[in-house]
Amino acid sequence: MLDSIKDFASEFFVTGDPLILGAQVSIAIAMVAILFVLSYFKKWGWLWREWLTTVDHKKIGIMYIICSILMLFRGGVDALLMRLQLAMPEMQFLEAEHYNQIFTTHGVIMILFMAMPLMFGLFNIVVPLQIGARDVAYPFLNALSFWLFFWGAMLFNVSFVIGGSPDAGWLAYPPLSGLTHSPGVGQNFYIWGIQISGIGSLATGINFIVTILKMRAPGMTLMKMPMFTWSVFSSCIIIIFAFPILTVTLALLFLDRFLGTHFFTLDAGGNPMMYINLIWMWGHPEVYIVVLPAFGIFSEIAATFSKKKLFGYKSMVFAMISISVFSFFTWAHHFFTMGSGADVNAFFAVTTMAIAIPTGVKVFNWLFTMFRGRITFTTPMMWMIAFIPCFVIGGMTGVLLSVAPADFQFHNSYFLIAHFHQVLIGGVAFGYFAGLYYWWPKMFGFKLNEHLGKWAFWFWNIGFYVCFMPQYVLGLDGMTRRMYTYDFDMGWGPLNLVSTIGGFMMGIGFIFQVWQIAYSIKKNQKDVTGDPWNGRTLEWSIPSPAPLYNFATLPQVEAVDDWWEKKQKREQGIAPPPAPPLEPIHMPKNSGIPFIKSLLWFFVGFGFVWGWLWMAIPALIGVGICMLVRQFSYDTDYYIPVSEVQKAEAQARGAAL
Amino acid sequence: MKSRKKVRRFIVPLLFVSILVLLSGCSESIRVLDPKGPIGESQKDLILISSLLCAIILVPVLALTAFIVYRYRDKPGNKAAYKPNWSHSTLMETIWWGIPVVIITILAIVTVKGTYDLEPSKPLDSEKKPLVIQATSLDWKWLFKYPEQGIATVNYIEIPEDVPIRFELTSDAPMNSFWIPELGGQMYTMSGMAMKLHLQADEPGEYYGSGANFSGEHFADMKFTVRATSEAEFNKWVESVKQTSPALTEEGYQQLAKPGKADVQYFSSFPEGLFERIVTKYVVEGDEGHAGHRQMTTEESPSSEPEQPKSDMSHEHAGH
Ligand code: HEM
Ligand SMILES: [Cu+2]
Ligand SMILES: [Cu+2]
Repeated sequence: MLDSIKDFASEFFVTGDPLILGAQVSIAIAMVAILFVLSYFKKWGWLWREWLTTVDHKKIGIMYIICSILMLFRGGVDALLMRLQLAMPEMQFLEAEHYNQIFTTHGVIMILFMAMPLMFGLFNIVVPLQIGARDVAYPFLNALSFWLFFWGAMLFNVSFVIGGSPDAGWLAYPPLSGLTHSPGVGQNFYIWGIQISGIGSLATGINFIVTILKMRAPGMTLMKMPMFTWSVFSSCIIIIFAFPILTVTLALLFLDRFLGTHFFTLDAGGNPMMYINLIWMWGHPEVYIVVLPAFGIFSEIAATFSKKKLFGYKSMVFAMISISVFSFFTWAHHFFTMGSGADVNAFFAVTTMAIAIPTGVKVFNWLFTMFRGRITFTTPMMWMIAFIPCFVIGGMTGVLLSVAPADFQFHNSYFLIAHFHQVLIGGVAFGYFAGLYYWWPKMFGFKLNEHLGKWAFWFWNIGFYVCFMPQYVLGLDGMTRRMYTYDFDMGWGPLNLVSTIGGFMMGIGFIFQVWQIAYSIKKNQKDVTGDPWNGRTLEWSIPSPAPLYNFATLPQVEAVDDWWEKKQKREQGIAPPPAPPLEPIHMPKNSGIPFIKSLLWFFVGFGFVWGWLWMAIPALIGVGICMLVRQFSYDTDYYIPVSEVQKAEAQARGAAL
Repeated sequence: MKSRKKVRRFIVPLLFVSILVLLSGCSESIRVLDPKGPIGESQKDLILISSLLCAIILVPVLALTAFIVYRYRDKPGNKAAYKPNWSHSTLMETIWWGIPVVIITILAIVTVKGTYDLEPSKPLDSEKKPLVIQATSLDWKWLFKYPEQGIATVNYIEIPEDVPIRFELTSDAPMNSFWIPELGGQMYTMSGMAMKLHLQADEPGEYYGSGANFSGEHFADMKFTVRATSEAEFNKWVESVKQTSPALTEEGYQQLAKPGKADVQYFSSFPEGLFERIVTKYVVEGDEGHAGHRQMTTEESPSSEPEQPKSDMSHEHAGH
């Protein structure tokens, strides 16, 4: 009996690696500490009422952002472990298997559990405020999306201490990810973690499309929408077409592993190449899903901090929409070397290059937004400016990769690694950082310390070039990605060492950001204006942090940068029209169902990971019950009475005086 | 404080320039940029042409960025024009839609032409009869067979210079990619199909080759040496392998195919039709099967083994 428990435990928990043991211990300590603090300060009720059951888009946004910063930390530690291992030839720090697990989890976490939630966090916080809405279209679904993401991410994250991490790469090509070559549970964790959170992402996509189409303030026609909202809209269009492909692909892969079907296994007529096509039909659009909102953020920031209207609004919209359509016709550029023949390769090479055109146009428009403006170097603007050279170079190396016959030499090499980090870090991560700095005062009512922010900025930016420029050269010198070690005589040592140094510089940049946040929280220099950057769009017209109901009275929109125009008029002494009388505000009630239902999904996933139907099936039934309960709950909304709105407004504006 | 700012302003460009210098300084020894065969040569040309075309946009944009950021910074006494509402100019927008369209069109033409010219399954122009080498990626080593010579090696290829080599590629393990940077670009190896890749070495030397597509735990150890020698030396090498090495038996192959690393090995012979058997391992009786891409056309299907039904490896399949 005792032996069988021991056997089970040694399979269940990952053992034998000091790094992982350290992580296990610290996870246990952190859990105990959290439980203790919550109990000691009697915060359980508060946590449940204010956060776990909330349907407020602003709070959901904050939770997304907290999670993504934690994930950035984990993904970053993974990155530094890899870079340490590669710093010198024949380094003996990580073993092959461990290295494979680390690059797999690093890739998955960075893209799906760092970039995506950071993006969703900004969607949630900004979009309703920017379009003058009181909430998103489906607040309950919104909470459900978040908790699905959260529990999906948790499921994926526990794999490294329980059961073992996946190690077949972040896109898990079969047959490597099939049962024969990856017999452990790691690959199941991969499938279920992504599946559960992916369904949440799809729901978010739908939610924001409807929100943007249906909830805009009166007068805000589509062509008066702020550019960030446009970018969210185009990104969500890609989401609703791309994520179903991912869902189906992962489901088929799971059937292959779990029921022994043959969708992607060669024996009995399956076809692994089918998987590669499918996963990239999601995977390529996915990179545009994450980068388009960054474009939107840069558009807002460029206009605000150049004190000038965004240049070429219509071009910008058109470029974004064409990118979202085109992104679906380029997937095969990820396997030019698979021998699909010259016709196919030529087609996909040309479609890929074509995307560079609207992207290039956007860069020119940003530049001409700054042209004849007055540029102030706040932290968001510095990230914006640094983004331009970085992204233009990264985009250029992308065009090089799209030259199909030349890609035979770039593919799977460090050249590729350098390229995609340049667009993902330089475009996506830097973009979201900029957005975070920009909208931070709107979220919390105080600005982040600019001085520390600049230190972070320089460490990240210089570190970036030091880390990734050498990798282009390494790639051209024949170094392939995903190798955990290389020989002395390859001559790759020095450049790898430089690259590692750059990686650690970015790590220092991250530490500065954490310090910056902690320091600014402690200082808490309240922003009383609600409009600390002299902004242009509606979110800056209300107090910070935004009240529960966002807008006491819905704004009447007349121009693209409506808030800016209103401020201009006020300066010219034109009195604003009298505000309409306050009315009771219709709001959704909090609900525990999204949290509980997603937690149940976690158990469904966990059960299937281990093949424990005794766990998966009851949990699935639980999910069904949650749906039923929701179907039959009628008391899901309430009104905030006028008196309370008045009180809240007086308080917020009072603080503003 | 002021001077510190100035220092900062220079650090980034300085770094950038030094990286460029670094790049150009060692281009002699960078494998892809210092090719030793016609395919690698053409690919290098393509890389340079496309870089140049991109640079036509890149350089002005970088310069423009620096100029605009400097010129329009918000500082007291800045006399540069300030036009807060200027947000549209049809002329300007036509220009910057136009320039990328032109450049991408040129690049697209170059690319399409290059794609057809360098199609890896296309035989090279040469008087000489191509040498066939059948490469199989295994967990975690490469098996090379010389069907005409009747020998086989592990993690080592010897080739005669100036002779086109027709690599036939397959896998008896997860997908991998066969890459010799100095000779030319890579090609995937996949179970159940045979791909073709034509390469040639123009001068004698030792070249580095590796698996480029992740295939599991010891993927990083899947590297091999390619030695190009004169034809006479090559023939001598073949003879010596024939004389001094053991034979690769059917069981020997089964052993070799098991997951694990391997050193360089030579075999004086190998089981007949082994490569074809690996490729057709998964063909279901009576089924068109998964398998060959367009590369494997019937008239140039794998060499030598006449007993092998050619059609087995020449289907096309969806998904590509
Ligand atoms: C912060 C600094 C970062 C460093 C130093 C870093 C470093 C690395 C390294 C060393 C690899 C493995 C290369 C290999 O062995 O194949 C890698 C892979 C990868 N990284 Fe990063 N990374 C960073 C940030 C990011 C970010 C922000 C993202 C995405 C938003 C990202 C996405 C990926 C992906 C998708 C892979 C591919 C994983 C795979 O090969 O399966 N990384 N990174
Ligand atoms: Cu194939
Ligand atoms: Cu792509």
